[in-house]
Amino acid sequence: MAISRDEVMHVARLARLALPDAEVDRLRDQLSALLDYMKQLDRLDTRDVVPTSHAVETGTPFREDEVRPFGDRESLLKNAPDRSGDFFRVPRIIED
Amino acid sequence: MAQAPIHEWTLLEAARKVREKEISSRELTAAILERIDRLDPKVNSYVTVLPERAASQAAACDEEQARGSLRGPLHGVPVGLKDIFCTRGVRTTCGSRILHNFDPPYDAAVAETVRAAGAVLLGKHNMDEFAMGSSTETSHFGPSRNPWDLSRIPGGSSGGTAAAVSAGMCFAGVGTDTGGSIRQPASLCGVVGMNQAGPVTRTVADAAALLGVIAGYDRRDSTCVDVPVPDYLAAASRPVAGLRVGLPKEYFEGGGLSPDVKKAVERALAGLTGQGATVVEVSLPHTSFALSTYYLIAPAEASSNLARYDGVRYGHRAEGASGVVEMMSRTRAEGFGAEVKRRVMIGTYALSAGYYEAFYGKAQKVRTLIRRDFDAAFSKADVLLTPTAPTPAFRLGEKTGDPLTMYLSDIFTIPCNLAGIPGISVPCGLSAEGLPIGAQLLSNHFREETLFSAAGAVERAIRLPRVAPVEG
Repeated sequence: MAISRDEVMHVARLARLALPDAEVDRLRDQLSALLDYMKQLDRLDTRDVVPTSHAVETGTPFREDEVRPFGDRESLLKNAPDRSGDFFRVPRIIED
Repeated sequence: MAQAPIHEWTLLEAARKVREKEISSRELTAAILERIDRLDPKVNSYVTVLPERAASQAAACDEEQARGSLRGPLHGVPVGLKDIFCTRGVRTTCGSRILHNFDPPYDAAVAETVRAAGAVLLGKHNMDEFAMGSSTETSHFGPSRNPWDLSRIPGGSSGGTAAAVSAGMCFAGVGTDTGGSIRQPASLCGVVGMNQAGPVTRTVADAAALLGVIAGYDRRDSTCVDVPVPDYLAAASRPVAGLRVGLPKEYFEGGGLSPDVKKAVERALAGLTGQGATVVEVSLPHTSFALSTYYLIAPAEASSNLARYDGVRYGHRAEGASGVVEMMSRTRAEGFGAEVKRRVMIGTYALSAGYYEAFYGKAQKVRTLIRRDFDAAFSKADVLLTPTAPTPAFRLGEKTGDPLTMYLSDIFTIPCNLAGIPGISVPCGLSAEGLPIGAQLLSNHFREETLFSAAGAVERAIRLPRVAPVEG
């Protein structure tokens, strides 16, 4: 199933991936070929089949909703690419 | 008889010799670090080696032992971890540029458990970027090489772990396997590898011992099942008389299977029947749909999971962006390699409006059909025997241009993971060119003991070199 250049660019925007032109073309070809292969699943009748999302169903585990401060705040912040005191600094959020 | 060199000792031998004070942890660790220093420039099985940290951990183990205390069954034994597991204060890259500078503030559960058992951490093993690949060629830190033939790939994505274990550059490693990422490289590097929780070792007994250490309930993992951990090590030497071995016919048909692999797996079968196991033919009719199913489900789930890599809190950040969306998009474009981008794109497409039911939803339903196949097979057989990988190790670069051909390397390992059952790869022969071949054994949910018994029987029947001839 051939997908278009526009579709590739749309999906790249959704995935937050800046793609140069050459990569758009290559991905269009590769994704089309892979999706073609995956369409073989359409040959199977799955109308009455229940989907499996976990091999072993365990139910949803719950725990108390308790606030627990992380013991070593500095070890988290020291990985920050750009930091201002106890904050992560990012470019402005509201764009023109 | 001359004693085997240190790097050829098994995990259990090394642990026993430390326990009985035949060797100190310091000496043991120094010997393996020296080997890494000498051989890893050729193999590239480690992203990070920790000589100082390992030496001081070993010294601490020796001191504790001198005071009469042992931490646990791995006391003083040096091991490696795939660089996917967070290790507190130790660089953890996941094979990606986007995490090239990340020092986690906490340990993954498995890092905690092996440390609590007394193991010394030698370093972090190379891997395909974000565990996406079947050859360890997608690592940002360069490909790992197969210690049996340096022009070939070790398999992936836990290729660094399999290569390091195979070359005697650790006594055991822990990898991960969502589609075959432990079993396929284990097969290609001539070691034992298991999908459950990740042991990569040189013997079945070592795998059983290591699984015994790392198995158990993890309350921080919402998919973890709370069941008792049996004595896997005892199971590894249990007789297999009367065991019903199922041969799924779909795994032996078709043109992709190399004749060398077929012959080696037949020898594994002969080894099992020679010890009293019986053979039954079984069918897994949806096998040919497993690859499509997996390569829709895994990228879909990975694409949402990888959303956290946005350059805000840790890892690489693109410079000079004028707004936050541009910063994230450029960070991800610079930080992710080609295979990760491809899977993020497939996954995002398969989850996007209008396609969710046709792709992701459909794949989850086919997954049910695959699971039912295994249920039916296990009503007739206790264990299934199949090839682990269709061919021995291929050459570097041979499949990198064609994603689908690369994905086919995992064709025999994927179905079992979709069904959520345990699988182990055990060496069962060498190809005409002298490359290792693995046999895969599969059992029903929570029947790991059966797997270890069968794998132990294959190992007893087929003796192969325990360490790759990497020194020439």
